[in-house]
Amino acid sequence: MSSTQQLQDFVTQVRRDILRQVHAVNSGHPGGSLGCAEFFSVLFQEVLNASTDFDMDGKEEDLFFLSNGHISPVYYSVLARSGYFPVQELNTFRKLDSRLQGHPTTHEGLPGVRIASGSLGQGMSVAIGAALTKKLNGDQHLVYSLHGDGELQEGQNWEAIMYAGSHGVDNLIATVDYNKKQIDGATDDVLPLGSLRKKFEAFDWDVIDVKEGNNLEAIRNAFKEAKAKTGNKKPIVILMHTEMGNGVDFMMNTHAWHGKAPNDEQLESALAQNPETLGDY
Amino acid sequence: MKTYENTGSKDTRSGFGAGLTELGKTNPNVVALCADLTGSLKMDEFKANHPERFFQVGIAEANMIGLAAGMTIGGKIPFTGTFANFSTGRVYDQIRQSVAYSGKNVKICASHAGITLGEDGATHQILEDLGLMKMLPGMTVINTCDFNQTKAATKAIAAHNGPVYLRFGRPKVANFTPENQTFEIGKAVHLQEGTDVSIIATGHLVWEALEAAKRLHEKGITTDVINIHTIKPLDEAAIINSAKKTGCIVTAEEHNFLGGLGESVARTLAQHHPTPQEFVATQDTFGESGTPAELMEKYGLNAKSIVEKAEKVIARK
Repeated sequence: MSSTQQLQDFVTQVRRDILRQVHAVNSGHPGGSLGCAEFFSVLFQEVLNASTDFDMDGKEEDLFFLSNGHISPVYYSVLARSGYFPVQELNTFRKLDSRLQGHPTTHEGLPGVRIASGSLGQGMSVAIGAALTKKLNGDQHLVYSLHGDGELQEGQNWEAIMYAGSHGVDNLIATVDYNKKQIDGATDDVLPLGSLRKKFEAFDWDVIDVKEGNNLEAIRNAFKEAKAKTGNKKPIVILMHTEMGNGVDFMMNTHAWHGKAPNDEQLESALAQNPETLGDY
Repeated sequence: MKTYENTGSKDTRSGFGAGLTELGKTNPNVVALCADLTGSLKMDEFKANHPERFFQVGIAEANMIGLAAGMTIGGKIPFTGTFANFSTGRVYDQIRQSVAYSGKNVKICASHAGITLGEDGATHQILEDLGLMKMLPGMTVINTCDFNQTKAATKAIAAHNGPVYLRFGRPKVANFTPENQTFEIGKAVHLQEGTDVSIIATGHLVWEALEAAKRLHEKGITTDVINIHTIKPLDEAAIINSAKKTGCIVTAEEHNFLGGLGESVARTLAQHHPTPQEFVATQDTFGESGTPAELMEKYGLNAKSIVEKAEKVIARK
């Protein structure tokens, strides 16, 4: 994508898609989805070297795994608007007989999805496994993944982080959506994460901090820096400081919209803050 | 009746190791992962031959299952190895979401299953794994009876596209099935022909079933003996046909009677041909420390117990 304005328009349309998907079925997770709209847009529009002619094995292309599967609305919107499946299909989100299940799955054959996620804490291992196979296959492409910060409370992550660090899985760029919120409140109140930088560094990872995780230029630069660090015997993690609910004033600065849909009035207000750019589905 | 010869007792886990060694040479896509039990799982030879395709993951089974699921993306065929307890109960949700629901081509290979793990006791003796695994949609569940069959099964599951649970054990048991057999997933093996009672057995109980059939023969009772190495998908036709012929069934397995082979057989018969059935299995209990033979005797998992149940079920006809 050529200009920042074009990408910003893409992000705004993705925000509308997120809000309209969850509103239509009165369920889903808008908060984390809105907070990651910039990340997904930069990744799929500018970073991933991948074909929209989807093949599960993904040989000779970059791969992406979403571990915190509840932010499926942003994933689906960006996949559709990047050409993986018709944008109109966003209409089927969470409905009977849909490929757009509440949480992403391979089970219904949705192009772009390579693993089911939703039960938290499993995606790091899967991403590392795919990165190991890329190495075995002599495939120079990279593996990207996204994880919630609250999700790091799951112990399996640290088994995986220990493995990847000690084995120098350096073709992996994991990103943590560091919004410091989870269902029950602030991560600091639920189960404090401490210093994620120190934790990852202690496991021999390269750590990149992005203080403005909802700033397109900051995310672009983080990916550039991360790609430059690959191949150095260390896995890479981007700690992406985001704002849950970003782009909708009443959804920000609270954990309340983690898993709650807006009503009609709230939707109207939220959409007014994000005027249509690329056309609603 | 047919005679089966023990060509030399061996552990079924060594059959797995031998099969994996062959696969290493014949299939470059096969990779192996182990959670700090390489020797116990007999994976040393594969590791020595193909260090680049062997992944020591440490004592971290959840990560092992996730790594395996991810490794399938790009065409690898991962075989994970640890004890049955740590292969199933410990990692049930990882298997459910990342392997079964995601439809990944992972082979979960589980040694030291059941009570014959012996002296380590109940913490390690899982008697619930068949039930756990057979409830997962799309999961193939196999429980082999001897060295030769385990070796053949190991090779066969590499050629099968989809998630598989392969269960085997620790102790040396009779090796009596053909050395170079073709292993057909989902196909029962008919070992003895008889008309008075059917014994449908799996795993270590198959040899005990053959021994029980001999003892029953001495009493003038003829026995249909069927080896069910694949619990799922179950060879329902073989079971129904045998039930029609004999009119009564004994199932035998080294597993809880809740959730195991016996329940799968009972469901099949209830649906298609209701038949009196008795269960040789553990009775909703944990195990304990002891030698394998002592435990099989105490928990009623041997030829003697099968004979008793056979006579009981014949009386119910």
